[in-house]
Amino acid sequence: MVNKSPAVRIDGLRVRRGRNTVLDGFDLELESGGVVGLLGPSGSGKTTLMRAILGVQTVADGTVTVLGEPAGSAGLRHRVGYVTQTSSVYDDLTVRQNLRYFARVLGAPLGDVDRVLAETELVAQADALAGSLSGGQSSRASLAAALLGSPELLVLDEPTVGLDPVLRVELWALFRRLAERGVTLLVSSHVMDEATRCDRLLLLREGRLLADDSPEGLLASTGTHDAEAAFLALIRQGVTP
Amino acid sequence: MTPARTLATTARVLTQIRHDPRTIALLLVVPSLLIGLVAWLFDTTPVFQQIGPAMLALFPFIIMFLVTSIATLRERRSGTLERLLSLPLSKLDFILGYALAFGLLAVAQATIAVAFAVGVCGLEIEGSVGLLVAVAVADAVLGTTLGLLASAFARTEFQVVQFMPAIVFPQVLLGGVLLPRDQMPDVLYAISDWLPLSHAVDALTAVATGDEDGGYVAGQLAIIGAFAVGAVALGAVTLRRRTG
Repeated sequence: MVNKSPAVRIDGLRVRRGRNTVLDGFDLELESGGVVGLLGPSGSGKTTLMRAILGVQTVADGTVTVLGEPAGSAGLRHRVGYVTQTSSVYDDLTVRQNLRYFARVLGAPLGDVDRVLAETELVAQADALAGSLSGGQSSRASLAAALLGSPELLVLDEPTVGLDPVLRVELWALFRRLAERGVTLLVSSHVMDEATRCDRLLLLREGRLLADDSPEGLLASTGTHDAEAAFLALIRQGVTP
Repeated sequence: MTPARTLATTARVLTQIRHDPRTIALLLVVPSLLIGLVAWLFDTTPVFQQIGPAMLALFPFIIMFLVTSIATLRERRSGTLERLLSLPLSKLDFILGYALAFGLLAVAQATIAVAFAVGVCGLEIEGSVGLLVAVAVADAVLGTTLGLLASAFARTEFQVVQFMPAIVFPQVLLGGVLLPRDQMPDVLYAISDWLPLSHAVDALTAVATGDEDGGYVAGQLAIIGAFAVGAVALGAVTLRRRTG
Protein backbone atom coordinates (compact mmCIF):
# COMPACT_ATOMS: atom_id res chain seq x y z
CA MET A 1 0.00 0.00 0.00
CA VAL A 2 3.04 2.30 -0.26
CA ASN A 3 1.84 5.24 -2.29
CA LYS A 4 4.10 7.41 -4.41
CA SER A 5 1.97 10.52 -4.03
CA PRO A 6 1.88 12.15 -0.58
CA ALA A 7 -1.02 11.21 1.68
CA VAL A 8 -1.96 14.86 2.15
CA ARG A 9 -0.84 17.97 0.34
CA ILE A 10 -2.15 21.39 1.33
CA ASP A 11 -1.32 24.60 -0.53
CA GLY A 12 -2.32 28.08 0.64
CA LEU A 13 -5.35 26.88 2.60
CA ARG A 14 -7.52 29.63 4.02
CA VAL A 15 -10.55 28.87 6.18
CA ARG A 16 -12.87 31.38 7.80
CA ARG A 17 -15.31 30.45 10.54
CA GLY A 18 -17.71 33.29 11.18
CA ARG A 19 -15.59 36.44 11.37
CA ASN A 20 -12.41 34.63 12.36
CA THR A 21 -9.84 33.41 9.89
CA VAL A 22 -8.81 30.09 11.41
CA LEU A 23 -6.22 29.10 8.82
CA ASP A 24 -4.54 31.61 6.50
CA GLY A 25 -2.12 30.54 3.78
CA PHE A 26 -1.55 27.15 5.39
CA ASP A 27 0.84 24.70 3.65
CA LEU A 28 1.50 21.10 4.64
CA GLU A 29 2.67 17.87 3.10
CA LEU A 30 2.35 14.46 4.75
CA GLU A 31 4.06 11.47 3.14
CA SER A 32 2.14 8.21 3.34
CA GLY A 33 2.59 5.85 6.26
CA GLY A 34 3.28 6.55 9.89
CA VAL A 35 1.59 8.28 12.77
CA VAL A 36 1.50 12.06 12.54
CA GLY A 37 0.60 13.88 15.75
CA LEU A 38 -1.25 17.17 15.48
CA LEU A 39 -0.76 18.95 18.76
CA GLY A 40 -1.92 22.31 19.96
CA PRO A 41 -4.21 24.01 22.47
CA SER A 42 -7.94 23.98 21.84
CA GLY A 43 -8.92 26.69 19.39
CA SER A 44 -5.61 26.38 17.51
CA GLY A 45 -7.33 25.10 14.35
CA LYS A 46 -6.72 21.35 14.67
CA THR A 47 -10.31 20.32 14.00
CA THR A 48 -10.69 22.82 11.16
CA LEU A 49 -7.53 21.47 9.51
CA MET A 50 -8.79 17.90 9.85
CA ARG A 51 -12.20 18.82 8.46
CA ALA A 52 -10.49 20.46 5.49
CA ILE A 53 -8.52 17.26 4.83
CA LEU A 54 -11.77 15.29 5.02
CA GLY A 55 -13.40 17.73 2.63
CA VAL A 56 -16.30 18.55 4.95
CA GLN A 57 -15.07 22.06 5.73
CA THR A 58 -16.07 25.06 3.62
CA VAL A 59 -12.80 26.46 2.33
CA ALA A 60 -12.23 30.10 1.35
CA ASP A 61 -9.07 29.54 -0.69
CA GLY A 62 -6.28 27.07 -1.41
CA THR A 63 -6.15 23.42 -2.41
CA VAL A 64 -6.20 20.23 -0.36
CA THR A 65 -5.14 17.03 -2.12
CA VAL A 66 -5.60 13.69 -0.34
CA LEU A 67 -4.13 10.44 -1.72
CA GLY A 68 -3.77 12.16 -5.09
CA GLU A 69 -7.37 13.36 -5.32
CA PRO A 70 -9.04 16.64 -4.31
CA ALA A 71 -10.21 16.43 -0.68
CA GLY A 72 -13.81 15.34 -0.34
CA SER A 73 -14.07 13.80 -3.82
CA ALA A 74 -16.32 10.77 -4.15
CA GLY A 75 -13.42 8.38 -4.81
CA LEU A 76 -11.91 9.19 -1.41
CA ARG A 77 -14.93 8.23 0.66
CA HIS A 78 -13.83 4.56 0.70
CA ARG A 79 -10.20 5.40 1.38
CA VAL A 80 -10.32 7.86 4.29
CA GLY A 81 -11.65 7.18 7.79
CA TYR A 82 -12.66 9.98 10.12
CA VAL A 83 -13.37 10.10 13.84
CA THR A 84 -14.85 13.34 15.14
CA GLN A 85 -14.47 14.58 18.69
CA THR A 86 -18.05 13.70 19.54
CA SER A 87 -18.55 9.97 19.19
CA SER A 88 -20.70 9.96 16.08
CA VAL A 89 -22.61 6.71 16.49
CA TYR A 90 -26.33 6.12 16.98
CA ASP A 91 -27.09 6.01 20.70
CA ASP A 92 -30.26 3.99 20.15
CA LEU A 93 -28.52 1.18 18.25
CA THR A 94 -26.20 -1.48 19.66
CA VAL A 95 -22.51 -1.23 18.82
CA ARG A 96 -22.85 -4.13 16.38
CA GLN A 97 -25.93 -2.63 14.69
CA ASN A 98 -24.05 0.66 14.29
CA LEU A 99 -21.06 -1.07 12.72
CA ARG A 100 -23.23 -3.23 10.45
CA TYR A 101 -24.94 -0.14 9.09
CA PHE A 102 -21.70 1.74 8.45
CA ALA A 103 -20.21 -1.41 6.86
CA ARG A 104 -23.20 -1.64 4.49
CA VAL A 105 -22.86 2.02 3.56
CA LEU A 106 -19.16 1.47 2.85
CA GLY A 107 -19.82 -1.74 0.98
CA ALA A 108 -17.35 -3.43 3.34
CA PRO A 109 -17.69 -7.17 3.98
CA LEU A 110 -19.80 -7.84 7.10
CA GLY A 111 -16.87 -9.87 8.53
CA ASP A 112 -15.19 -6.51 8.95
CA VAL A 113 -17.52 -5.81 11.87
CA ASP A 114 -15.99 -8.58 14.00
CA ARG A 115 -12.48 -7.52 13.02
CA VAL A 116 -12.92 -3.90 14.15
CA LEU A 117 -14.76 -4.99 17.32
CA ALA A 118 -11.71 -7.08 18.23
CA GLU A 119 -9.26 -4.33 17.27
CA THR A 120 -10.96 -1.80 19.51
CA GLU A 121 -11.60 -4.39 22.27
CA LEU A 122 -15.34 -3.92 22.18
CA VAL A 123 -16.35 -7.57 21.71
CA ALA A 124 -17.91 -7.71 25.19
CA GLN A 125 -19.92 -4.54 24.50
CA ALA A 126 -20.99 -5.52 20.97
CA ASP A 127 -24.63 -6.02 21.88
CA ALA A 128 -24.94 -3.08 24.28
CA LEU A 129 -26.72 0.07 23.17
CA ALA A 130 -24.17 2.70 22.15
CA GLY A 131 -25.96 5.20 24.40
CA SER A 132 -25.25 3.04 27.45
CA LEU A 133 -21.46 2.90 26.92
CA SER A 134 -18.95 4.80 28.99
CA GLY A 135 -17.19 7.76 27.39
CA GLY A 136 -14.11 5.74 26.54
CA GLN A 137 -16.08 2.82 25.11
CA SER A 138 -18.20 5.16 23.06
CA SER A 139 -15.19 6.89 21.50
CA ARG A 140 -13.74 3.44 20.71
CA ALA A 141 -17.04 2.51 19.03
CA SER A 142 -16.66 5.62 16.90
CA LEU A 143 -13.09 4.61 16.08
CA ALA A 144 -14.25 1.07 15.22
CA ALA A 145 -16.64 2.54 12.64
CA ALA A 146 -13.77 4.48 11.08
CA LEU A 147 -11.66 1.30 10.78
CA LEU A 148 -14.31 -0.45 8.66
CA GLY A 149 -13.25 -1.06 5.07
CA SER A 150 -9.56 -0.63 5.94
CA PRO A 151 -9.04 3.02 4.92
CA GLU A 152 -5.58 4.18 3.77
CA LEU A 153 -5.75 7.43 5.71
CA LEU A 154 -7.24 7.75 9.19
CA VAL A 155 -8.00 11.19 10.57
CA LEU A 156 -8.63 10.98 14.31
CA ASP A 157 -9.71 14.06 16.24
CA GLU A 158 -8.70 13.67 19.90
CA PRO A 159 -9.38 9.92 20.03
CA THR A 160 -7.86 9.48 23.48
CA VAL A 161 -9.80 12.15 25.36
CA GLY A 162 -11.30 10.83 28.57
CA LEU A 163 -9.60 7.44 28.34
CA ASP A 164 -7.81 5.92 31.29
CA PRO A 165 -4.05 5.48 30.92
CA VAL A 166 -4.28 1.74 30.21
CA LEU A 167 -6.72 2.25 27.36
CA ARG A 168 -4.66 5.10 26.00
CA VAL A 169 -1.61 2.90 25.79
CA GLU A 170 -3.65 0.17 24.09
CA LEU A 171 -5.07 2.62 21.59
CA TRP A 172 -1.62 3.95 20.71
CA ALA A 173 -0.47 0.37 20.24
CA LEU A 174 -3.36 -0.10 17.80
CA PHE A 175 -2.34 3.07 15.92
CA ARG A 176 1.19 1.70 15.69
CA ARG A 177 -0.06 -1.63 14.30
CA LEU A 178 -2.16 0.20 11.72
CA ALA A 179 0.84 2.32 10.72
CA GLU A 180 2.90 -0.86 10.27
CA ARG A 181 0.21 -2.07 7.86
CA GLY A 182 0.91 1.04 5.78
CA VAL A 183 -1.97 3.21 6.99
CA THR A 184 -1.30 6.92 7.44
CA LEU A 185 -2.71 8.26 10.69
CA LEU A 186 -3.24 11.90 11.55
CA VAL A 187 -4.02 12.03 15.26
CA SER A 188 -4.83 15.25 17.09
CA SER A 189 -4.39 15.67 20.81
CA HIS A 190 -3.91 18.37 23.37
CA VAL A 191 -2.16 15.91 25.68
CA MET A 192 1.50 16.70 25.07
CA ASP A 193 2.90 13.49 26.56
CA GLU A 194 1.31 11.56 23.69
CA ALA A 195 3.70 13.36 21.35
CA THR A 196 6.55 10.93 21.83
CA ARG A 197 4.45 8.10 20.38
CA CYS A 198 4.26 9.79 16.97
CA ASP A 199 6.67 9.55 14.04
CA ARG A 200 6.20 13.17 13.21
CA LEU A 201 4.85 16.10 15.18
CA LEU A 202 2.96 19.14 14.03
CA LEU A 203 2.59 21.87 16.64
CA LEU A 204 -0.27 24.17 15.79
CA ARG A 205 -1.02 27.48 17.46
CA GLU A 206 -3.49 30.12 16.28
CA GLY A 207 -3.70 28.50 12.87
CA ARG A 208 0.07 28.43 12.25
CA LEU A 209 2.59 25.61 12.39
CA LEU A 210 5.08 26.31 15.17
CA ALA A 211 6.98 23.13 14.46
CA ASP A 212 7.03 20.22 12.03
CA ASP A 213 9.62 17.69 13.12
CA SER A 214 10.21 14.25 14.59
CA PRO A 215 9.78 14.10 18.39
CA GLU A 216 13.56 13.65 18.80
CA GLY A 217 14.32 16.52 16.43
CA LEU A 218 11.91 18.79 18.23
CA LEU A 219 13.41 18.11 21.66
CA ALA A 220 16.94 18.52 20.31
CA SER A 221 16.24 21.80 18.53
CA THR A 222 14.54 23.32 21.57
CA GLY A 223 16.90 21.79 24.12
CA THR A 224 14.00 20.42 26.16
CA HIS A 225 13.05 17.03 27.55
CA ASP A 226 9.32 16.83 26.84
CA ALA A 227 6.87 18.11 24.27
CA GLU A 228 5.15 20.47 26.69
CA ALA A 229 8.41 22.28 27.41
CA ALA A 230 9.30 22.27 23.72
CA PHE A 231 5.97 23.85 22.91
CA LEU A 232 6.50 26.58 25.51
CA ALA A 233 10.02 27.20 24.24
CA LEU A 234 8.72 27.61 20.69
CA ILE A 235 6.02 30.04 21.80
CA ARG A 236 8.63 32.13 23.67
CA GLN A 237 10.88 32.13 20.63
CA GLY A 238 7.93 33.38 18.60
CA VAL A 239 7.06 36.13 21.07
CA THR A 240 10.61 37.44 21.58
CA PRO A 241 12.48 37.07 18.30
CA MET B 1 -27.62 6.40 -5.47
CA THR B 2 -27.73 2.66 -4.78
CA PRO B 3 -30.77 0.65 -3.59
CA ALA B 4 -28.56 -1.32 -1.16
CA ARG B 5 -27.46 1.84 0.67
CA THR B 6 -30.97 3.32 0.66
CA LEU B 7 -32.41 0.11 2.12
CA ALA B 8 -29.59 -0.17 4.67
CA THR B 9 -30.52 3.33 5.84
CA THR B 10 -34.22 2.40 6.00
CA ALA B 11 -33.41 -0.72 8.04
CA ARG B 12 -31.18 1.31 10.36
CA VAL B 13 -33.89 3.94 11.01
CA LEU B 14 -36.49 1.23 11.67
CA THR B 15 -34.10 -0.58 14.05
CA GLN B 16 -33.58 2.67 15.95
CA ILE B 17 -37.34 3.09 16.30
CA ARG B 18 -37.72 -0.56 17.36
CA HIS B 19 -35.51 0.25 20.34
CA ASP B 20 -38.06 2.90 21.35
CA PRO B 21 -41.41 1.11 21.90
CA ARG B 22 -43.07 4.17 23.41
CA THR B 23 -42.55 6.13 20.20
CA ILE B 24 -44.07 3.27 18.19
CA ALA B 25 -47.10 3.17 20.48
CA LEU B 26 -47.61 6.94 20.29
CA LEU B 27 -47.11 6.95 16.54
CA LEU B 28 -49.69 4.24 15.96
CA VAL B 29 -52.31 5.13 18.57
CA VAL B 30 -52.40 8.92 18.90
CA PRO B 31 -54.02 9.72 15.50
CA SER B 32 -56.81 7.23 16.18
CA LEU B 33 -57.41 8.64 19.65
CA LEU B 34 -57.65 12.18 18.25
CA ILE B 35 -60.07 11.06 15.54
CA GLY B 36 -62.13 9.33 18.24
CA LEU B 37 -62.14 12.56 20.24
CA VAL B 38 -63.41 14.56 17.26
CA ALA B 39 -66.13 11.95 16.60
CA TRP B 40 -67.22 12.12 20.23
CA LEU B 41 -67.14 15.95 20.27
CA PHE B 42 -69.56 16.14 17.33
CA ASP B 43 -71.56 13.12 18.48
CA THR B 44 -74.98 14.79 18.25
CA THR B 45 -74.29 16.62 14.97
CA PRO B 46 -73.55 15.50 11.40
CA VAL B 47 -70.22 17.39 11.45
CA PHE B 48 -68.00 14.30 11.88
CA GLN B 49 -69.29 12.88 8.61
CA GLN B 50 -68.09 16.10 6.91
CA ILE B 51 -64.72 16.64 8.57
CA GLY B 52 -63.90 13.04 9.56
CA PRO B 53 -62.15 12.29 6.25
CA ALA B 54 -60.06 15.45 6.64
CA MET B 55 -58.97 14.29 10.09
CA LEU B 56 -57.42 11.25 8.39
CA ALA B 57 -55.25 13.69 6.46
CA LEU B 58 -54.45 16.05 9.29
CA PHE B 59 -53.13 14.02 12.19
CA PRO B 60 -50.79 11.61 10.35
CA PHE B 61 -49.48 14.57 8.32
CA ILE B 62 -48.65 16.66 11.40
CA ILE B 63 -47.20 13.78 13.42
CA MET B 64 -44.99 12.52 10.59
CA PHE B 65 -43.77 16.04 9.88
CA LEU B 66 -42.67 16.51 13.49
CA VAL B 67 -41.15 13.07 14.00
CA THR B 68 -39.12 13.20 10.79
CA SER B 69 -37.83 16.73 11.19
CA ILE B 70 -36.66 15.99 14.72
CA ALA B 71 -35.08 12.63 13.74
CA THR B 72 -32.98 14.23 11.01
CA LEU B 73 -32.05 17.19 13.18
CA ARG B 74 -30.80 14.71 15.79
CA GLU B 75 -28.68 13.10 13.12
CA ARG B 76 -27.16 16.48 12.31
CA ARG B 77 -26.47 17.33 15.94
CA SER B 78 -24.97 13.98 16.92
CA GLY B 79 -22.30 14.11 14.21
CA THR B 80 -23.58 10.96 12.52
CA LEU B 81 -24.71 12.97 9.49
CA GLU B 82 -21.21 14.36 9.07
CA ARG B 83 -19.82 10.83 9.27
CA LEU B 84 -22.33 9.56 6.72
CA LEU B 85 -21.56 12.38 4.31
CA SER B 86 -17.86 11.53 4.48
CA LEU B 87 -18.78 7.94 3.48
CA PRO B 88 -19.91 6.77 0.04
CA LEU B 89 -23.59 7.46 0.84
CA SER B 90 -25.36 9.69 -1.64
CA LYS B 91 -27.60 12.43 -0.30
CA LEU B 92 -30.55 10.83 -2.04
CA ASP B 93 -29.75 7.49 -0.33
CA PHE B 94 -29.98 9.27 2.99
CA ILE B 95 -33.24 11.10 2.31
CA LEU B 96 -34.99 8.25 0.53
CA GLY B 97 -33.86 5.88 3.28
CA TYR B 98 -35.63 8.07 5.82
CA ALA B 99 -38.67 8.64 3.61
CA LEU B 100 -39.05 4.90 3.09
CA ALA B 101 -38.70 4.05 6.80
CA PHE B 102 -41.21 6.64 7.92
CA GLY B 103 -43.37 5.84 4.89
CA LEU B 104 -43.66 2.24 6.13
CA LEU B 105 -44.63 3.50 9.57
CA ALA B 106 -47.14 5.78 7.88
CA VAL B 107 -48.76 2.76 6.20
CA ALA B 108 -49.31 1.15 9.60
CA GLN B 109 -50.45 4.40 11.18
CA ALA B 110 -52.89 5.33 8.39
CA THR B 111 -54.32 1.80 8.22
CA ILE B 112 -55.06 1.84 11.94
CA ALA B 113 -56.52 5.36 11.77
CA VAL B 114 -58.82 4.48 8.86
CA ALA B 115 -59.90 1.22 10.51
CA PHE B 116 -60.66 3.07 13.73
CA ALA B 117 -62.53 5.93 12.02
CA VAL B 118 -64.67 3.56 9.94
CA GLY B 119 -65.02 0.64 12.34
CA VAL B 120 -65.28 2.33 15.74
CA CYS B 121 -66.31 5.94 15.04
CA GLY B 122 -68.80 4.99 12.34
CA LEU B 123 -67.41 7.19 9.58
CA GLU B 124 -69.41 6.33 6.46
CA ILE B 125 -67.38 5.77 3.34
CA GLU B 126 -69.17 5.66 -0.03
CA GLY B 127 -66.00 5.01 -2.02
CA SER B 128 -63.31 2.38 -1.61
CA VAL B 129 -61.75 2.04 1.85
CA GLY B 130 -58.52 0.89 0.18
CA LEU B 131 -58.34 4.15 -1.74
CA LEU B 132 -58.93 6.03 1.51
CA VAL B 133 -55.93 4.27 3.08
CA ALA B 134 -53.85 5.03 -0.02
CA VAL B 135 -54.56 8.76 0.20
CA ALA B 136 -53.95 8.81 3.95
CA VAL B 137 -50.58 7.06 3.44
CA ALA B 138 -49.58 9.44 0.64
CA ASP B 139 -50.42 12.29 2.95
CA ALA B 140 -48.31 10.90 5.81
CA VAL B 141 -45.42 10.38 3.39
CA LEU B 142 -45.85 14.00 2.33
CA GLY B 143 -45.54 15.02 5.99
CA THR B 144 -42.33 12.96 6.19
CA THR B 145 -40.75 14.55 3.13
CA LEU B 146 -41.70 18.09 4.19
CA GLY B 147 -40.23 17.32 7.61
CA LEU B 148 -36.98 16.22 5.98
CA LEU B 149 -36.88 19.43 3.99
CA ALA B 150 -37.70 21.65 6.96
CA SER B 151 -34.98 20.09 9.09
CA ALA B 152 -32.41 21.18 6.48
CA PHE B 153 -33.12 24.78 7.47
CA ALA B 154 -33.12 24.22 11.22
CA ARG B 155 -29.97 24.41 13.31
CA THR B 156 -31.56 23.90 16.73
CA GLU B 157 -34.45 21.99 18.30
CA PHE B 158 -36.20 25.32 18.96
CA GLN B 159 -36.10 26.21 15.28
CA VAL B 160 -37.34 22.87 14.06
CA VAL B 161 -40.36 23.03 16.37
CA GLN B 162 -41.16 26.53 15.04
CA PHE B 163 -41.42 25.11 11.54
CA MET B 164 -44.54 23.26 12.64
CA PRO B 165 -46.69 26.40 13.02
CA ALA B 166 -44.89 28.05 10.07
CA ILE B 167 -45.34 25.27 7.51
CA VAL B 168 -48.12 23.07 8.84
CA PHE B 169 -50.67 25.46 10.38
CA PRO B 170 -51.33 27.55 7.23
CA GLN B 171 -52.06 24.33 5.38
CA VAL B 172 -54.45 23.22 8.13
CA LEU B 173 -56.22 26.62 8.20
CA LEU B 174 -56.59 26.83 4.42
CA GLY B 175 -57.05 23.10 3.74
CA GLY B 176 -60.85 23.16 3.85
CA VAL B 177 -61.24 21.70 7.34
CA LEU B 178 -62.36 24.89 9.13
CA LEU B 179 -64.25 26.23 6.13
CA PRO B 180 -64.98 24.50 2.82
CA ARG B 181 -62.47 25.84 0.31
CA ASP B 182 -65.10 27.12 -2.17
CA GLN B 183 -66.47 29.48 0.50
CA MET B 184 -63.10 31.16 1.10
CA PRO B 185 -62.10 34.62 -0.18
CA ASP B 186 -60.79 34.27 -3.75
CA VAL B 187 -57.17 35.06 -2.89
CA LEU B 188 -57.08 32.47 -0.10
CA TYR B 189 -58.77 29.93 -2.35
CA ALA B 190 -56.06 30.49 -4.96
CA ILE B 191 -53.34 30.10 -2.32
CA SER B 192 -54.93 26.96 -0.89
CA ASP B 193 -54.77 25.42 -4.37
CA TRP B 194 -50.98 25.52 -4.07
CA LEU B 195 -50.87 23.86 -0.66
CA PRO B 196 -50.49 20.06 -0.79
CA LEU B 197 -52.66 19.35 2.25
CA SER B 198 -55.69 20.89 0.47
CA HIS B 199 -55.44 18.23 -2.20
CA ALA B 200 -55.17 15.49 0.41
CA VAL B 201 -58.30 16.74 2.16
CA ASP B 202 -60.13 17.05 -1.18
CA ALA B 203 -59.17 13.50 -2.14
CA LEU B 204 -60.21 11.99 1.21
CA THR B 205 -63.51 13.86 1.17
CA ALA B 206 -64.14 12.71 -2.41
CA VAL B 207 -63.55 9.07 -1.48
CA ALA B 208 -65.77 9.36 1.60
CA THR B 209 -68.69 11.01 -0.18
CA GLY B 210 -68.25 9.08 -3.42
CA ASP B 211 -68.94 12.35 -5.29
CA GLU B 212 -66.00 12.09 -7.67
CA ASP B 213 -64.67 9.21 -9.75
CA GLY B 214 -61.39 7.33 -9.30
CA GLY B 215 -59.69 9.50 -11.91
CA TYR B 216 -60.20 12.61 -9.79
CA VAL B 217 -58.73 10.90 -6.71
CA ALA B 218 -55.79 9.61 -8.77
CA GLY B 219 -55.17 13.17 -9.97
CA GLN B 220 -55.11 14.50 -6.41
CA LEU B 221 -52.81 11.62 -5.39
CA ALA B 222 -50.46 12.61 -8.23
CA ILE B 223 -50.37 16.20 -6.96
CA ILE B 224 -49.52 15.00 -3.42
CA GLY B 225 -46.85 12.71 -4.89
CA ALA B 226 -45.38 15.57 -6.91
CA PHE B 227 -45.06 17.70 -3.78
CA ALA B 228 -43.41 14.79 -1.94
CA VAL B 229 -40.92 14.20 -4.78
CA GLY B 230 -40.21 17.94 -4.95
CA ALA B 231 -39.52 18.03 -1.20
CA VAL B 232 -37.14 15.04 -1.47
CA ALA B 233 -35.25 16.62 -4.39
CA LEU B 234 -35.03 19.99 -2.66
CA GLY B 235 -33.97 18.27 0.57
CA ALA B 236 -31.14 16.49 -1.27
CA VAL B 237 -30.00 19.78 -2.81
CA THR B 238 -29.99 21.59 0.52
CA LEU B 239 -28.02 18.85 2.27
CA ARG B 240 -24.41 20.04 2.24
CA ARG B 241 -21.34 17.85 2.50
CA ARG B 242 -19.24 20.88 3.28
CA THR B 243 -20.23 23.10 6.17
CA GLY B 244 -18.66 26.09 7.89
